[in-house]
Amino acid sequence: MSPIFYFLAMLTLGGAVAAMSLRNPVHCALSLVVTFVGLAGVYLGLGAHFLGLSQVLVYVGAVAILLVFVLLLTRGSGKDEFDERPDRWWPALGVGGGLGGVLIAVVLAQPGLALRTAPPELPTVRALGESLMTDFVLPLQVVGVLLTAALIGAAVLALSDRRRTPQDSGPVTSREEGETRR
Amino acid sequence: MAATLDQLFVQLLHGMTAPLPEAIRPWVALAISLGAILAVFGLCFGITTVCERKAIARMQNRLGPNRVGPYGFLQFAADGIKTLTKEDIVPRTADQVVHFLAPLALLVPVVLTFLVLPFGRNMTAMDLEVGLLFFFAAGASTELAVFMAGWSSRNKYSLLGAMRAIAQMLSYELPFILSTIGVVMITGALSTTKIVEAQAAAPGEWLARWHVFTPWGLAAFLLFLIAAFAESNRSPFDLPEGESEIVAGYFIEYSGFKFALFFMAEYLGMFSSSGMAVTLFLGGWTAPFAFLDWVPSWMWFFGKLGVLIALFIWVRGTTPRLRMDQLMDFAWKFMLPLALIILPTAAIWHYAGRGWLGWLVTAPIVVGAYVLLGRSLVGRRRIRQRSYRYAAT
Repeated sequence: MSPIFYFLAMLTLGGAVAAMSLRNPVHCALSLVVTFVGLAGVYLGLGAHFLGLSQVLVYVGAVAILLVFVLLLTRGSGKDEFDERPDRWWPALGVGGGLGGVLIAVVLAQPGLALRTAPPELPTVRALGESLMTDFVLPLQVVGVLLTAALIGAAVLALSDRRRTPQDSGPVTSREEGETRR
Repeated sequence: MAATLDQLFVQLLHGMTAPLPEAIRPWVALAISLGAILAVFGLCFGITTVCERKAIARMQNRLGPNRVGPYGFLQFAADGIKTLTKEDIVPRTADQVVHFLAPLALLVPVVLTFLVLPFGRNMTAMDLEVGLLFFFAAGASTELAVFMAGWSSRNKYSLLGAMRAIAQMLSYELPFILSTIGVVMITGALSTTKIVEAQAAAPGEWLARWHVFTPWGLAAFLLFLIAAFAESNRSPFDLPEGESEIVAGYFIEYSGFKFALFFMAEYLGMFSSSGMAVTLFLGGWTAPFAFLDWVPSWMWFFGKLGVLIALFIWVRGTTPRLRMDQLMDFAWKFMLPLALIILPTAAIWHYAGRGWLGWLVTAPIVVGAYVLLGRSLVGRRRIRQRSYRYAAT
């Protein structure tokens, strides 16, 4: 378990570092995929097979594709490298550090973490599905409605480009709006 | 005797791993299974290419390969040697690292999908509880490899081909996955082994309980098969490599063995999708009739697989290529709604039972949905004989 975990941890962190430091945006996106795969491997190593495979299916199969599409189709796609150094790095550092601090605090505050023992038995897919369909059916429906609304919104934004008449100049379509689709 | 033959490979694997210490035994067994899968399906790939060229040549009234070996049957060996010794050309402007990694990123997930296929009784290399999800997760990762190949070549045609391929694979992935959910609902399991076991003939019955023998199962099987054609970029869905428009699609700039890897990944993807279709709908390794149970289980699997591959070749030899808008219309306006209608139909089947009542209720739903969706897809256009403006008749 342990050497595999360290390998996956290195893969995940290495991918994340490369995603932040590489110059070519497509290389960054591909490095991020390495991070996704590493995380999925960590989930699989923990015995959460459903979660790990869903991670691969959704993030590698869909989100990564969307990412590279957005990179290639939005402005600046002709450029191979980002040369602009961000001037205002300190607000970015503040926001990023603050978010990271909150997340770490939340994780550390979890009572289960102190036990350091595995749960008695891992939930099966059947148990996951049953709890989703009974205890958590309302959150599931809310998420479904939210995603449907985002989907319809994206379709409306994409369609308004074609049907625009001279007197009715609808909202300017931007490809970034499509990002909400998933 | 029949039982020995049935479990021949299982016993062989057991004998090979038995002397090893307990801790590494599953890993060694997995490695041996992977090696066997690579060997068997690598050979299948070679033989299929020859058979395909021969069969298509027959359909097109020509001879096909007939120089190497008896009836040209060793052509695949000659092709293999040729690709191995060919120069590997990488364009100067190509993104060297991504260009190198793309064929590997395509082939590895495709090979991984074979791990969850049950080739026979007790013959699943990795019997996961979520085997079906593993298959789809590995299959979904190939799209990124296609993008890597198309983008890194720095060629407009290859990028166009990659965009086409990704649009097609994303669109057809929805019916590909949705058509299998009915099976999961009826079986109540995501494990491929359990899905096959649920389709065996019950004691006393003469006919097996294959899902394809039900109204919703037949419709889902056809949807799954069509989506599998599209996922493996086979004709009539071979727009990503449409020779007449974009030369060869996303692998234009690959030569030598890297091209062979792309070619191999395409065929292996076809095999694994066919294998999954066999597992989900055609009863996997179970016999169709109870009195044929003495035939070894793996023979059933590979026999069914061979029939599906022959179907793939037949369709390739006889259908023209779709247009891009037809491709998208078909996926989103016909296959996706039909796949969604199949889900409640499978639920009704579950409660109505597999007797005449189930047939009476579910068959009209499936047929009605098929007819209505097909009519709406064709729309108001009248289909008549095509008149050619420039060609002489």
